[in-house]
Amino acid sequence: MKKVMVGNHAVAWGARLARVEVISAYPITPQTQVVEKLSEMCADGTLPARFIKVESEHSAMAAVIGASATGVRAFTASSSHGLLYMHEMLHWAAGARLPIVMADVNRAIGPGWNIWTDQNDSLSQRDTGWVQLYCETNQEVLDTTIMAFKLAESLNVPVMLTLDGFYLSHTAEPVEVPDQELVDRFLPKREASYKLDVDEPHAFGALVKPDAYMEMRWLQQEALQKVPAALDAIERDWRRMFGRSYGALEAYRAADAELLLVTSGTVTSTARAVVDARRAAGERIGLLKVKMFRPFPTALVREALRGVPRAAVLDRNISPGHGGIFAEELRSALYDLPDGERPELFGFVLGLGGRDITPAVIEDVIEQTRAGLRPTREDLWVGVNP
Amino acid sequence: MRELRLHGRGGQGTVIASKLLAVALFLEGREVQSFPMFGVERRGSPVTAFLRVDDEPLKLRCEIEAPDELIVLDPTLIDATDITSGLKPGGRILINTEQAPEEFPQLLARAHVSTVDATGIAVRHGLGGKAQPIVNTAILGAYAADTGLITVESMVNAIREEVPVQIDANIAAATEAMGAIRHAAMRGMTAREVARA
Repeated sequence: MKKVMVGNHAVAWGARLARVEVISAYPITPQTQVVEKLSEMCADGTLPARFIKVESEHSAMAAVIGASATGVRAFTASSSHGLLYMHEMLHWAAGARLPIVMADVNRAIGPGWNIWTDQNDSLSQRDTGWVQLYCETNQEVLDTTIMAFKLAESLNVPVMLTLDGFYLSHTAEPVEVPDQELVDRFLPKREASYKLDVDEPHAFGALVKPDAYMEMRWLQQEALQKVPAALDAIERDWRRMFGRSYGALEAYRAADAELLLVTSGTVTSTARAVVDARRAAGERIGLLKVKMFRPFPTALVREALRGVPRAAVLDRNISPGHGGIFAEELRSALYDLPDGERPELFGFVLGLGGRDITPAVIEDVIEQTRAGLRPTREDLWVGVNP
Repeated sequence: MRELRLHGRGGQGTVIASKLLAVALFLEGREVQSFPMFGVERRGSPVTAFLRVDDEPLKLRCEIEAPDELIVLDPTLIDATDITSGLKPGGRILINTEQAPEEFPQLLARAHVSTVDATGIAVRHGLGGKAQPIVNTAILGAYAADTGLITVESMVNAIREEVPVQIDANIAAATEAMGAIRHAAMRGMTAREVARA
């Protein structure tokens, strides 16, 4: 069944099809429709889940942590300041190895008070131990919500998927809603290895002394390093059953490219149109979409960019005092490539606080990347009027 | 690709209208993308929404700067805002008004103009209050008739899918609007007008 729906409802449909058992969430623009739709589904019985109302995002994450620890499938969604308010609990969810899935509707951080999109909310959760997957279309949002549970539960790591505020959250487009029976076959009921159970008591979250803490982090790191291969296998299953897949990294018209645009989120989609036009004009320009930001797909990135002369990274985010965050991660990943095979990397900062990224903006990025032999600075700001 | 921009005021159902059109066009087998101008809506303030339609999957994800068509839900916006900003020459404008298209010579100079009294139709069918009629289904019917892109069947099915209340009244309003549309072709500008523009 194909339906025209906004990204926020694609999130809700994904959670419903994944048969989540506990939801706890607090509304915030532009995520509110996720909460509204899920509570509507819970109220009318189409989603037989427990919806726990809370007074804050910190409590929402605490509630899904408790729920997930009992072995059920738990879900939440937030955005911007709401996500920041969850920060402490995000670390807890990951450290406790709970396979929670959440959707973050990417929205800028105030001040200046701003409800529009950029990635600073989710990227500032980089070191919490959550897998991060950046989506490009509403279809990808729905599919990824379901796949995220399979990934999370296979390795006991929490997964955050993100969608750009308004550009996906409030944009209506056709979305194939997969058949529930097929989804059930793809994602059976969660079987937790350890759970809070009154009949078989265990202690959780106890004091861990220096003799064991590092081993817990080591095991967490080991699990996260298995994510790329696990996601790949899950995506292949999804493709076999539903005919679609996305990849941690996607190269688009990248063969023989002299210049690759590196994108994430909805900018990818507009950039595809620009690449199509440039290719039609005979120019060797392609695109690399980074869907998975954590764990960072270092090996895949090295392979995709090895020997490409120039790469232009489009960052809708800023690490103040440094530069665009995807560009930073890419520089780090590419450092070990031998001289001559390492691309000249141009890091662009653009589209902050929802400033529109039109084809003209991307054309500007291409021209700037072609113009200089080397970037003049690590953070090249596009369209800013100082 | 066809790009539309809708202008209305908060409370008129402008964003729902763009979604209704998207669903109806989707039911006709098109690829669609509809979205509001991203902002904070307030009752009575100008609201803008966008719609892209194509036979191929849509790639652009940015606001529409140069629309092919405009739909104006509140005619007072024509003088209050720069409504034709970016409109492609020879484009189309559909206006909710009692007036005839010929009464908009400044718009006819650069676009084809159609008019429909969607407000009157909405009021007659009891959609919204008299002070704040909900005109989106009447606009859908008018657009279907004006462009020939949407069959009656898809129009009715879109209303059934998207409008939660007064389904019969909404279908009746859309159907009445189909027959109430008036159209005038672009007359272009005289050389003198071009020089002055």
